Amino acid sequence: MLASLKKKETYTHYFATLKYAMYVITHPLDGFWDLTHEKRGSLAAANTIVFLTVLARIMSLQYTSFVFMQVYWEGINIFLYIASILFPLALFCVGNWGLTTLFDGKGRLYQIYMGTAYALTPYPLIQFPMIIFSNFVTEEEGAFYSFAVVFSIFWAAILIICAMMEIHEYSLSKTLLFMVASAFAMLVMVFILLLFFSMISQGVAYFVSLFKEIMFRM
Amino acid sequence: MKRRWKNLIAAAVGMCFILCIPQNAMADDGSQRGYTYNYDYWEDVQYSPDAYTTAGIYTSIELGLDQGFSSAEGMYVSENQVYICDTGNNRIVELEWTDQNTFRLVRVIDEIKGNTEVKSLSGPTDICVTDEKDIYICDKGNHRILKLDSDLNYLMEFTKPTDATFDQSTDFLPDKLEVDDVGRVFCIADNVNKGMIKYESDGSFTGFYGASPVKYDWSDYIWKKLATKEQRSAMESFVPTEYDNLYRDSEGFIFACTTNVSEHGVDSGEDEPIRRLNMLGSNILIENGNFGVIGDIYWGNAGGYKGPSLIADVTALDSGIYFALDRVRGRIFGYDTQGNMLYAFGGNGNMDGYFKLPSALEHMGNNLLVLDSQDASITVFTPTEYGELIYQAIAEYDAGDYDASGETWREVMALNGNYDMAYIGIGRALMRQGEYKEAMKYFKLKWDTTNYSKAFKQYRKAWVEEHIGWIFLVIFLLFILPMLVDKIKKIKWEIDTADIFKAEK
Repeated sequence: MLASLKKKETYTHYFATLKYAMYVITHPLDGFWDLTHEKRGSLAAANTIVFLTVLARIMSLQYTSFVFMQVYWEGINIFLYIASILFPLALFCVGNWGLTTLFDGKGRLYQIYMGTAYALTPYPLIQFPMIIFSNFVTEEEGAFYSFAVVFSIFWAAILIICAMMEIHEYSLSKTLLFMVASAFAMLVMVFILLLFFSMISQGVAYFVSLFKEIMFRM
Repeated sequence: MKRRWKNLIAAAVGMCFILCIPQNAMADDGSQRGYTYNYDYWEDVQYSPDAYTTAGIYTSIELGLDQGFSSAEGMYVSENQVYICDTGNNRIVELEWTDQNTFRLVRVIDEIKGNTEVKSLSGPTDICVTDEKDIYICDKGNHRILKLDSDLNYLMEFTKPTDATFDQSTDFLPDKLEVDDVGRVFCIADNVNKGMIKYESDGSFTGFYGASPVKYDWSDYIWKKLATKEQRSAMESFVPTEYDNLYRDSEGFIFACTTNVSEHGVDSGEDEPIRRLNMLGSNILIENGNFGVIGDIYWGNAGGYKGPSLIADVTALDSGIYFALDRVRGRIFGYDTQGNMLYAFGGNGNMDGYFKLPSALEHMGNNLLVLDSQDASITVFTPTEYGELIYQAIAEYDAGDYDASGETWREVMALNGNYDMAYIGIGRALMRQGEYKEAMKYFKLKWDTTNYSKAFKQYRKAWVEEHIGWIFLVIFLLFILPMLVDKIKKIKWEIDTADIFKAEK
């Protein structure tokens, strides 16, 4: 692993796969097919895009003009904020994988993750310039800003659908059906997680109180 | 010797520290008392110095009356004459605010003279005195509105309208009234929900005024279609709200308030506790503040009081600044003409400046008078230095004296660093002076996006004009230069690979 970091090919491959994201977002159907089937994407590039997405979201809090984004800093928890992207992403990948493997989806877990991550590319790509742009416009000229922000999310959503379609080799209607099903799977997982955590905390509390009781008696 | 010097220096330094400790240098920011407050952009409570302070509390003992006020409901101020409707004792007390800043009892009105059968009052609830010194009294128990001259001679009375639009089955119970310049009477009567009753000066009924529009949305319509007859009758019927009190301001518009509001209605903006009505009876109250003109924003159950503020009375200063009185928590809310909350103060209790059940609010100049029906007292509030400065700053801005207004707002800010209005006021003054960058700083601090955008637009324009040379240079370097370089390279390549030169070699 470390040895490969010294080789020049590792970096050329990484940058080639990262650059491929630009092709994917403009030619989604063709791009996502090649992404996994022709191995033109890499997990390293996918991680980079996810990292950039998180960074864009955090930076927009601080650097977007207050005219467009009013942040109540007392109410911001940076870790919760980061988790608000990573947690749904992880849930979606696992939920989608869990369902599609049962209904002859061809995608593997890392492929689903890679496809979803590549599909997020428009978000940092548009958000970063928009953060700068927001500081140069007034409230009345803000329509362009809000349009661009909505557009980036819309674009990413379409890309995710395309990605799932190509990776699992599904038809469009089947993909849409499984997107909805994935959403339910995510809800079920959240429910189970909550249940799990409350059970654990109850269990821990039981042993803590038991320990305290013993300490009192001694 | 050396040690002595050292000791001396140590003592001197110590003395310096002791002398430097500020003695009462901390201004009263109000957070200790929690009496006066405001809401900031995030709707968090920000305590502030007192804008009003109690100048005196008057009960029957101070006023020299033989019996105390009994559920007094109405109050009217005409210049320095104050009229109190002592409803429970069937009388009206006329007071005068003297130069020594105390009340003097002028007379007690419990009987009228002239050509009428009933010469006594029965539960008077409100009074209004015109510039011609005519006195109008809501004589609720006798189902009439009396018009008297200044010597209490009976002139005429306004009674239950005989019009078909008026429900004849119930008693006519006039509760509150106002009279305009030409003697038209606007009256709020109990059990009338069609709005205010409007009389011409000759006593004829001319219709209802200012009824709130009945809202009827499509979901209600569908439910009504599906419901059976019994269900329909059991459903809440769409009735417009009944008003509780009214005040005619210096511009002739009528402020009306209602306590008939629900939590949901105030939250969604459907229920308007305070309205300012024009001649057509439609609401023209400006609500440009960060939140609506609804009194308190937090309605949490504290000390047994919960739910939205119930506005029992409104009064407006000549400058357009108006005050609302909350019956639930005993608070007074001040608003400017744009609907920004200036401050809120008061509370329930027995201390000075707190109320038990406030029923009426009036102003005398910039002083505020609150009648407490349960405590049987009148509280007189007078503006503090802080309150006066706010009035001054607003007045200066309205008069177009922006420099002075900015300076006054700075003084306000020195007294209360948490006051959003002060920052925005300074910013607006700076903007008028053309100092856009400074103005932007103040607007940004208090999240005023609209004014910030205005200032920024001007700043950006000036910046572009100033740096136009640089902008062109950057564009040239970024786009045109690489294009030229490409072009030259291409020509060079064409020349180098041209056949003629090859042939020569």
